[in-house]
Amino acid sequence: MIKVHQLVKRFGDSTVLDGIDLEIERGEIIVVIGPSGTGKSTLLRCLNFLERPDAGRLTLGDLEVDVIRASRADILAARRRTAFVFQNYALFANKTALENIAEGLIVVNRWPREKAHARAREILERIGLADKADAYPASLSGGQQQRVGIGRAMAAQAEVILFDEPTSSLDPEWVEEVLGLMKQLAAERQTMLVVTHEMAFARDVADRVVFMEGGRIVEQGPPSRLFQAPEDPRTRDFLRKVLPDAPA
Amino acid sequence: MSVLDLDYMLGLVPILLSYLPLTLAMAAAGMVLALALACGLAVIRVLKIPGLNAATLLFISFFRGTPLLVQLFLFYYGLPQVLSFLTQIGGITATIMGLTLHFSAYMAESIRAAIVGVDRSQTEAALSIGMTNGQLMRRIVLPQATRVAVPTLMNYFIDMIKATSLAFTLGVTELMGATQKEAAGSFLYFEAFITVAVIYWGIVELLAWCQRRLEHRLNEAYRR
Repeated sequence: MIKVHQLVKRFGDSTVLDGIDLEIERGEIIVVIGPSGTGKSTLLRCLNFLERPDAGRLTLGDLEVDVIRASRADILAARRRTAFVFQNYALFANKTALENIAEGLIVVNRWPREKAHARAREILERIGLADKADAYPASLSGGQQQRVGIGRAMAAQAEVILFDEPTSSLDPEWVEEVLGLMKQLAAERQTMLVVTHEMAFARDVADRVVFMEGGRIVEQGPPSRLFQAPEDPRTRDFLRKVLPDAPA
Repeated sequence: MSVLDLDYMLGLVPILLSYLPLTLAMAAAGMVLALALACGLAVIRVLKIPGLNAATLLFISFFRGTPLLVQLFLFYYGLPQVLSFLTQIGGITATIMGLTLHFSAYMAESIRAAIVGVDRSQTEAALSIGMTNGQLMRRIVLPQATRVAVPTLMNYFIDMIKATSLAFTLGVTELMGATQKEAAGSFLYFEAFITVAVIYWGIVELLAWCQRRLEHRLNEAYRR
């Protein structure tokens, strides 16, 4: 279970996250939507301390931290309880697909090499890239790279996988295979927090959709409710822009 | 009489080659020490360690801004006059010292650029799976920085081998010094210096071949 309490993040004078409260149950799939620059990605990056939040409390499974007082050990612990999928894949360029997935198991979890590689092979099988085990990222398509990126996150066995616009850098032809893999994970009830502009994915897969604007959560609810009957005028406004057939 | 005394040149080759180990040993020692020092300087520059960063900038500025020959004379002839314990220093040691300090200044900058050049998002990815800064440096950043830095560092090594010839100005009889002595004895200056030129050229070509093979191996992960 993930709990975010009054999370605040500032960049200089501008407040990017202005007191975020969010709870995620185990196995829940949450999609965060909203206009660009409203702090969606920053929220994800604060959850595993890629950005240092300025205030708030985080509960990640058995770990509870006051972000201001978080020690180096707390930050490492938080990162081991969250896994991150990047917009630009961010695969390790000097490692094969297999090694990208096994790297964290070997270095962070201290598994023996053989065991880590065996697990990485299982994951490659699940993401449909068993034949690309020894391929380096430079030789993979965008869609394949992002699936390895997701495989690397799966290997971490984290409380939650954070997806930061996972399909935004992809050529249109690769989007479906990545969304397909994410749907497969959702069907397995992998806890997920997804920032995306793929409204169809939000509508079909999310248990709950969160609408953010101006560093705040404006409104949240099941997709059927939020897409059909948004309560806040800002939500209605946003949905009108991104969904041509949204209710007026 | 022919234009070139070929018999003399052929006879000179084994004599000169017997001085090659000293030349290569000075270059090898200079390279190892310069690499170690340059890595330290590069890390100071990348992490911008307060105080040390400014000292490093001054060091790099001085050793890149003055000729190697001036630096060698400064160490060998100049410093012993102010620091009496340095009278013990021989020409070989002074040469290795000079090569180390001079080339480390250049190498530090290429190593720094190579480290900074590794895609920042890979650093974030490594942190996101819970790696420490040390693990991320060792396993992700440095292997990739090495690949970028190797061609330039090999060039400096090649430069350094040629620069060892300046040791003869400090009275060291290495490849160049030996040639000078042989030429002065025979008066066949053209034959002697063309012979030593070919020897340097051969070593450098051999190293360039090694460099191409090494780069080919390091680039394996990046071929599409």
